[in-house]
Amino acid sequence: MKICITSEGKTLDSKVDPRFGRCQNFIFFDTDTGNFEAEANTNSQFQGGAGIQSGQLVVSKGVKAVLTGNVGPNAHQVLSTAGVSIFTGVSGTVKEAIDGYKHGKYKPADAPSVGSKFGMPNK
Amino acid sequence: MIISVASGKGGTGKTTIAVNLALSLRNVQLLDCDVEEPNAHIFLKPEIKETFSAFIPIPEVDSEKCNTCGKCREVCAYHAIAVIPSNGETKGSVLVFPHLCHGCGACSLLCPQKAIKEVHKEIGIVEIGTAKGIQFVHGKLNVGEVMSPPLIRQVEDRIDPTKTVIIDAPPGTSCPVIAAVKKSDYCILVTEPTPFGLNDLVLAVEVLRKIRIPFGVVINRSDIGDDKVDKYCQGNKIPILLRIPFDKGIALLYSRGIPLVQEKVEYKDKFRKLFDCINKLSVLKAK
Repeated sequence: MKICITSEGKTLDSKVDPRFGRCQNFIFFDTDTGNFEAEANTNSQFQGGAGIQSGQLVVSKGVKAVLTGNVGPNAHQVLSTAGVSIFTGVSGTVKEAIDGYKHGKYKPADAPSVGSKFGMPNK
Repeated sequence: MIISVASGKGGTGKTTIAVNLALSLRNVQLLDCDVEEPNAHIFLKPEIKETFSAFIPIPEVDSEKCNTCGKCREVCAYHAIAVIPSNGETKGSVLVFPHLCHGCGACSLLCPQKAIKEVHKEIGIVEIGTAKGIQFVHGKLNVGEVMSPPLIRQVEDRIDPTKTVIIDAPPGTSCPVIAAVKKSDYCILVTEPTPFGLNDLVLAVEVLRKIRIPFGVVINRSDIGDDKVDKYCQGNKIPILLRIPFDKGIALLYSRGIPLVQEKVEYKDKFRKLFDCINKLSVLKAK
């Protein structure tokens, strides 16, 4: 199963990025094979709609679960419509997040954890 | 002649200038385009005769025709659309986020399935009336709406070219300001002689130079602060059209919603001179 972790860097030792829509990188991790790919988030500089388009990207990758710090209302709507499970309040390294997920440490968030524009720079 | 009244900084006295200039002239139309917080009506107390809803077109997707190809999302410059593809079990869907939509129409125009039609969404109202011999028009953006330029344009659709038109613009230097001042022949920039006033004046000047609208400056509360606004205007050959001192009497009238020229009649002359000055500058510019 493919999961997505928002990340500051592009390795499993990178820190989890606390923002979803405007995170620096997405790590797509396959829990069956242990393989992963990292992708820079080109939506992070959008004036508006960053969460929507990041949600779109994650959905189009066939991801089943997202691990991140916070998710805003628009991204939450996109992800939940597509049936992606959302886990917020995740911190530490990407590797720790994956281990935590495998051990059932996180609870799915059924509501957005922050308001619009939370991840805007200088805020 | 269309004269807009703008400022980089908020609270410098745009409405005071717009309302009192309108009251000092004949055959005037006043448009309050500060649709997020219109307040000219507080001073003019117009009798509203007509009210219209203002709409923007937003996409509505026919889920029968849509095959979730994703073209609409791709062409949306405002990132307002997400397309959830079918996963085999559930049918795919298109999510539209109306608050991000600018109503440009690209999605409906370019949908290969012709599955998108535009529906009207109300964003505010336009009210038209008369006040003290002035033809009055203003827009009121609905609470929670963020897209003010379409409403501002719908207020300006009511411009009467046979009159002297005065536009009270919103503060700042972004899209709503440009929508409000774009049609004007001359723009009055209201500022105050403080560091904030100067900083935001410089930004507003850059905008007006870019969109090529002639302008001059009114310095409100002219006897506070420092002389940096004066020096900036001199250095950049920007005419200072009027100075209004910091005066408790003026503030008192303002707080009671009474126009300045109604009680301090000497200001009528000052506003007429301001208008004459703008006329002369415009004629010079035309030559």
